[in-house]
Amino acid sequence: MNINWFKYASPASFYPLAGKMIPWFAVPAVILAVIGLIMGLFILPPDFKQGESYRIIFIHVPAAWMSMVIYLAMAFWAIIGMVWNSRLSSMMATALAPTGAIFCFLALWTGALWGKPTWGTYWVWDARLTTQLILLFMYFGYMALHAAIEDPRRAARASGLLAVVGAFNVPIIYFSVQWWNTLHQGASITPTKSEMAASMASVMLIMAIAAWLYSIAVTLKRVRCEILDRERHAAWVAELSTEAK
Amino acid sequence: MKPRQKRMTIILGGLAGLGIVIALVLNAFQGNLVFFFSPSQIAANEAPEGRSFRLGGLVEEGSLRREDDGLTVHFYVTDTAQRVPVTYTGILPDLFTEGQGVVAQGKLDGSGHFTASEVLAKHDETYMAPEVAEALELAKGEMPASSSLVQ
Repeated sequence: MNINWFKYASPASFYPLAGKMIPWFAVPAVILAVIGLIMGLFILPPDFKQGESYRIIFIHVPAAWMSMVIYLAMAFWAIIGMVWNSRLSSMMATALAPTGAIFCFLALWTGALWGKPTWGTYWVWDARLTTQLILLFMYFGYMALHAAIEDPRRAARASGLLAVVGAFNVPIIYFSVQWWNTLHQGASITPTKSEMAASMASVMLIMAIAAWLYSIAVTLKRVRCEILDRERHAAWVAELSTEAK
Repeated sequence: MKPRQKRMTIILGGLAGLGIVIALVLNAFQGNLVFFFSPSQIAANEAPEGRSFRLGGLVEEGSLRREDDGLTVHFYVTDTAQRVPVTYTGILPDLFTEGQGVVAQGKLDGSGHFTASEVLAKHDETYMAPEVAEALELAKGEMPASSSLVQ
């Protein structure tokens, strides 16, 4: 099968494709999230040390993972956009930012709520928590910079640079618990080991997949809006709006 | 070089340079990014004297002693090599128990006694059902099953 992938680098042909793809990600995301939440909050046994409070992990960890993955994806699209000068790539980067920021905030917030009953505090300035807070500010900075520059191409270049520079923070967040003494515990699940009971780990995996699917669906939706906004003077958008009437 | 290749070279070169800068900065800050000091580091005089810092380790088994006021506790923090006596007056986090990880903020006096103003529990990355933990304890044969259900 020979598909011309570059065809879909054009906003005009990606716009309808994205529209068709959204339900294929959104529907499974909802189903998996419902299964994961019911399993995680009601069916799984409590933890041997933390009791019921550990259940927030099923939101906290997928949200934290997602906030890091989305930032890397944002930096990836920003680099592609800068090197190949492709408009769609920088639109992808822009479309990812709000979802990443929401997951980042969710990770910090659930972490604070979890920290109080287990550690005895909402917040400490240890390396893991601080670098994750920096990630939230990087998202805010990216969105603010992008919104502050009128010309879309200059906005994409300036904010893209910020996205790429900030990407160095992501490995620091991930490895902070290994490199330094932190109050935050180490990773329960890494590619090589799992310190979680298999049933709990699999529910966390379900929630993580749901977070991925949700992020893809929402980003596609947002990139469609972005395409329409930036291409509003293009002939194909005018055709689209006359078709709708 | 085509303009695209030139842009790619500039970006990759910039990233490599930035990566080196960040690695050097982190390396230089290594000491300041330490959230707590271990009893061994204190024994080696690495902890700051006369000002507040954090001490981290495990609450030594059998060392926890409560005073009659119900708020003041004495215990030893150990990293299995060294241990530091700690006094704390206040409310302890739920997860605080003997054998559990702990991070205490406070000052060290001349005699090597640590007075804590705040005690935080540090838990590890292991999660399992109470029944499983109980079965593991039984298998190890260290203590009766009921005592593993502390919380």
